Amino acid sequence: MIEYVLLKIDGISKSFPGVKALDHVAFEVGKGEVHAVVGENGAGKSTLMNILSGVYAPDTGILCLDEKEIHFKDPRHAQENGIAMIHQELSLANHLSVMENIFLGRLKRNKLGLVDYKQMYKMCRNELECLGVNDIEPDMLIKDLSVSQMQMVEIAKALSLNARLIIMDEPTSSITKKETEMLFAAIRSLKQRGVSILYISHRMEEIFEIADNITVLRDGTYIKTLKSIDTTPKEIVSLMVGREFNRAFNREVRKVREDEKPVLEVKGLSYGKKVKDVSFKLYPGEILALTGLVGAGRSEVVQTLFGVTRKDKGQIIFNGKEIEARTPTETIGLGMGLVPEGRKTQGLFLKMKVRDNITITNLPQICSMQFIRKTEEIKKAEDYVARLRIKTPGIEQQVQYLSGGNQQKTIIARWLLNSPKVLFLDEPTHGVDVGAKSEIYEIINSLANEGVGIVLISSELPEVLTLADRILVMQNGRIAGELSRENANQEIIMEYATNQMNKGMEQ
Amino acid sequence: MTSNGLPKPAKDAAAKDAGVRNALLKMVKQKEFSVFVALVLLCTVVSLLSPYFLGVQNIFNVLRQFSVIGILAVGQALIIITSGIDLSVGSVLGLMGVVAALLAGLGLPPAAVFVLTILLGAMVASINGLLVTKARINPFIVTLGMMSIARGASLLITGGMPISIENDITFLGSGYIGVVPVPVIIMFIVAIAGHVFSTKTLAGRNIYAVGNNERAAKLSGIRVDKVKVMVFMIMGALCALSGMIVSGTLKTAEPSAGAGYEMDVIAAVVIGGTSLAGGEGSIVGVILGAAIMGVLRNSFVLLGVSAYWQIVAIGVVTIGAVALDSLKNKRD
Repeated sequence: MIEYVLLKIDGISKSFPGVKALDHVAFEVGKGEVHAVVGENGAGKSTLMNILSGVYAPDTGILCLDEKEIHFKDPRHAQENGIAMIHQELSLANHLSVMENIFLGRLKRNKLGLVDYKQMYKMCRNELECLGVNDIEPDMLIKDLSVSQMQMVEIAKALSLNARLIIMDEPTSSITKKETEMLFAAIRSLKQRGVSILYISHRMEEIFEIADNITVLRDGTYIKTLKSIDTTPKEIVSLMVGREFNRAFNREVRKVREDEKPVLEVKGLSYGKKVKDVSFKLYPGEILALTGLVGAGRSEVVQTLFGVTRKDKGQIIFNGKEIEARTPTETIGLGMGLVPEGRKTQGLFLKMKVRDNITITNLPQICSMQFIRKTEEIKKAEDYVARLRIKTPGIEQQVQYLSGGNQQKTIIARWLLNSPKVLFLDEPTHGVDVGAKSEIYEIINSLANEGVGIVLISSELPEVLTLADRILVMQNGRIAGELSRENANQEIIMEYATNQMNKGMEQ
Repeated sequence: MTSNGLPKPAKDAAAKDAGVRNALLKMVKQKEFSVFVALVLLCTVVSLLSPYFLGVQNIFNVLRQFSVIGILAVGQALIIITSGIDLSVGSVLGLMGVVAALLAGLGLPPAAVFVLTILLGAMVASINGLLVTKARINPFIVTLGMMSIARGASLLITGGMPISIENDITFLGSGYIGVVPVPVIIMFIVAIAGHVFSTKTLAGRNIYAVGNNERAAKLSGIRVDKVKVMVFMIMGALCALSGMIVSGTLKTAEPSAGAGYEMDVIAAVVIGGTSLAGGEGSIVGVILGAAIMGVLRNSFVLLGVSAYWQIVAIGVVTIGAVALDSLKNKRD
């Protein structure tokens, strides 16, 4: 099926503490082939790419390049062997020119040992023309370029390094439809030159337009490689999500009664490019999931509601009253809480104690004349450590020494102490082991049963399908669909999350 | 992620590990304790070398010498814990000394001079805080600028000439209560107040939270900007207090008073175990840090070593203290 195998991936496995990121992944990439790698968030795509580009070494398994076994020591070694990676966040030096970036680390010199800009200009021009790019001058500064132009520069850079395999990680995530077409034209010309492309994307339409073969990963394992002419987007999506999941935990779907009043109502909320005209209602005691692909604007919706960022447009009605949501201080005072994505970066005070971390938001309530009532603080912290079964040697332990799941429970305890009316949970079980995960499900479930309105952001569809009463699927800053749990399954959600790409891109 | 030494969860060894870890932790937590040990060692050595060191008179001398640095270091520590820094302390001290002299010259009673000077000090410093929080300028730059502005202002006001003070406000600098010099008493009051403030109050807890993780602090409902402005204002008030002490000692306000103090103050804070990265540190440690510097200075005088060596020694101790700390952290 493939004439010449450029890269053979054979039985690659990689584990991180607590997670098996890749489990015996094996497939082949042919010369001059566009090979798409697809999978849900957390399927192992990024880990695989990082192994191919020499960032990580695999635990087991081998890579064969040109039928010879090879072990990359570092990204530079991979580069020397013709493998270039173009990251989602481009890695160009903003204040240098296009040609300086392309020749970074190996600037051309003239006889005097000075940088030979003339020669570089010419060579750079050539590379760009080969890609069919004519709107970039070699002496333009990177910071003046658009994202798609930067991508072209990255590609030109890869070519000038004699790349034979270019890995592109979600290259179309932040460019327009028209720019995507230009990118595809460049990819086609690369193909003719015999360069192979490993194309990572969620977007079915694009994959079917550009890829020759499609490899599906799921939960770190290799599922299947299919020729794109022999398959359909539907089949691919079902391969991506066809995971079994544990239904041990069972929450009854909570139906909204007709006469109920929502605790939170959002009308036409917009913020920047990430939140576009979002409207929904949340009822007390309801778990509303906000799902979709990473980058669809889910976190931004919640952060805007919580006052971390200020809305550009729209109404937020909380408990029947319209609110401005200017700062978290304001929204917390009203009875909202947020368990943010990124425990360590946004949630925890790592060098402070478990006690401090639990009581921080509630402190104004346990103060007299600015002085913290210590016995009360200790009692509250101990109470919640016991209630949520946080495993720690004591409340005086620094929170950095707790496991991920227990750290997450510490943050949840912080909010429970404040008895919120609405709690936003952003990927609450991310990087948490299985045991702690089900405990966190229990906590979320019982909170909802006590009447707290919960907005759950999650990329894990089984989690959404276990906990949520209603499901909003976001795509490109908008709500693409609303489903009740009974009507939802992973395939439908993924279709909402991945389809309709064009609508958003055209503007 | 390749080899950052994440501990692997080994269940049977975990309990034992936690025990060892706890013991280690306790030691690390007692940062002030190791500073205290260093101070005691230093005092022992110096007292063996010089019989005058432990004399009552000399001890009060030492205390008096580092009292102003100690007072300023309390404020600086609060700022550094929020992961800021204030380079303008010496200049603001000088300016406030001049301001106090002018107010005294108007014939105001000492109490009025005291209160007004403190308020003005806090006001001047609040400009630092507002520039850091609202204009989002790096505190290093803001206070570097303020350092120059405040110094220039005191020179402009005085025309470069010292102003003598005829007012009982000079009691703050030159007075005694019993045998104890007033600046020493003030330092202890400031230190105790600072300790209580930082460990027992809501605002104190918020200072640590902001320094630990500003983003998380904001998401926990803490008004981060308010906390930052507050610590700068406290610093300004303490600069004003110190300005009155320094000019009171000589009964003269020198426009150049306090020049170079910012470095001694930051050194005291750092020797006392406060991390410049923020989120950690204690007032007790900071006062001990100031004491180490004071004793060091005094010992050089007693031992008749060139004053220039003092300056070198303070530098060595500052770097040494931080080096020890980072070595200790690495092992942890």
